[in-house]
Amino acid sequence: MKICSKVIKYGDHVDTDVIIPARYLNTGDPAELAAHCMEDLDSDFHEKSLSRHIIVAGRNFGCGSSREHAPIAIKASGIPLVIADSFARIFYRNSIDIGLAIVECPAAAAAIADGDEVEADLDAGVIRDLTTGETFTAAPFPPFVQKIIDCGGIEEYVKERIAGGEHQ
Amino acid sequence: MGMTMTQKILARAAGVPSCSAGELLMCKLDMVLGNDITAPVAINEFFKMGATKVFDPDKIALIPDHFVPNKDIKSAENAKMMREFARSQGVTHYYEVGRVGIEHALLPEQGIVAPGEVIIGADSHTCTYGAVGAFSTGVGSTDMGVGMAIGECWFKVPEAIRVVLTGKPRGYVSGKDVILHLIGEIGVDGALYQSLEFTGDGVASLSMDSRLTIANMAIEAGAKNGIFPVDDVCRAYLAERVTREWTAFEPDPDAEYARTVTIDLSSLELTVSLPHLPENAKPARDVKDMKIDQVVIGSCTNGRISDMRMAAEILKGHKVAENVRCIIIPGTQQVVKTCLAEGLVDIFIDAGAIFTMPTCGPCLGGFCGVLASGERAVSTTNRNFVGRMGAKNSEIILAGPAVAAASAVMGRVATPEEVL
Repeated sequence: MKICSKVIKYGDHVDTDVIIPARYLNTGDPAELAAHCMEDLDSDFHEKSLSRHIIVAGRNFGCGSSREHAPIAIKASGIPLVIADSFARIFYRNSIDIGLAIVECPAAAAAIADGDEVEADLDAGVIRDLTTGETFTAAPFPPFVQKIIDCGGIEEYVKERIAGGEHQ
Repeated sequence: MGMTMTQKILARAAGVPSCSAGELLMCKLDMVLGNDITAPVAINEFFKMGATKVFDPDKIALIPDHFVPNKDIKSAENAKMMREFARSQGVTHYYEVGRVGIEHALLPEQGIVAPGEVIIGADSHTCTYGAVGAFSTGVGSTDMGVGMAIGECWFKVPEAIRVVLTGKPRGYVSGKDVILHLIGEIGVDGALYQSLEFTGDGVASLSMDSRLTIANMAIEAGAKNGIFPVDDVCRAYLAERVTREWTAFEPDPDAEYARTVTIDLSSLELTVSLPHLPENAKPARDVKDMKIDQVVIGSCTNGRISDMRMAAEILKGHKVAENVRCIIIPGTQQVVKTCLAEGLVDIFIDAGAIFTMPTCGPCLGGFCGVLASGERAVSTTNRNFVGRMGAKNSEIILAGPAVAAASAVMGRVATPEEVL
């Protein structure tokens, strides 16, 4: 999977309360959630997301509440990829489960600037900042997680198991 | 190499003799939890996966607590969906409004969680149950849906930070001060992907309510779980609540830890965390002239009976400052009844505070105490992120019940000795 786009850049500890404030958690509808994504952190996010499709952020991205509504809101905003120095662990799991690509790469997170054009080759684990010419390497997913991703997310993985008569 | 408490519990649940940090295990689950915000998304995923029946109706807990009694039509629809699912699946641990409480106050109180168990919950504060020696962690709705369908969840075995507690806390210092201090020391990502394993002679001096508060906020240091040893205090607590068999796990003597952090409880001060991160911890007495508009005493962090008693001790015979709303939210119906029986409700009302029904309510800016722009609250809740309790330019100062009650009386951040 290759993603090429301009970047929206944020800092450390972007929490799920700012990714999608709890006042909008009375719905699980992706489009409704996307309409309010990041609004307490960056009131221009929605407009930016129309032309820029990669978020790059600092440490501990997605910390706080376990709300899956947060990666859902990001994905539904037309952002298929988040690159960060590190991710909070529940957000990390949720993103894999719902099929939002996330890449932990401290060097890329530090060097890439807001508005840079970035090309990410997720299979090869290579991130290129086309604006500066810099290249970064990210660690691949562990095999177990890769298997879930290969199944198209955890939903398909479980579907296969249930269809196999293992649990019902 | 020896295993930590968490590693032993995960190995047992995965049916393997041993495991080490970094390994991926598929574990059998003893309890799968969800609430009125996260369960509806999980239920949709459950059916999309092709599941029709939950793996075990005794091992699912569906707790309407976040936006109930329902604050609007959409939240009522979510609660209705969860209620209908619980009924059609015959879920044992569904509790209706009037019998329900805040999930992480209710489950330990009712003996629904026990030592050695593996528990996931679609709520980040599910880590609370480490206080009773369980492995317990927050997940998202999809993981919850999978858990309900197959009764299993995959985990990356975490390494652990050993937190050695020594001495006895003084005065009104309680679990909240311990955990705010610890997060201040290691930072909001200081335990990212790791366990916080509490040990040391200081553990014995902490009540179960204090331990529940500490384990509850392990997530605020980024931890996967926080876990306490099962000692006499814990056994006495469980004896009144848990009737089924359980197994306590101890770390191996040669267990390897990523690092050790020591906290001397006897020198610990009443602590607050300033906006907008829980790691901004400071001794409460060093915070001067921070005027406040609201105080919230409650939540899954500090809504238990010891918290209510501590708040009442300070509010007794005093008045909440004229320009302050003091909102006291008991964690469960049992806490409500005890507050009534002990006369605490009279103390709260006479002080000019409001005593509400159990709900998560204002902690996440839901209802029952949402902040307007520019307002500031002292709150015994767990997060002081931007906009967490309401308007994006409102502020939250995290504190334990003693500082919160004293602040309500003084109209600014204050310590109990300023009131008593």
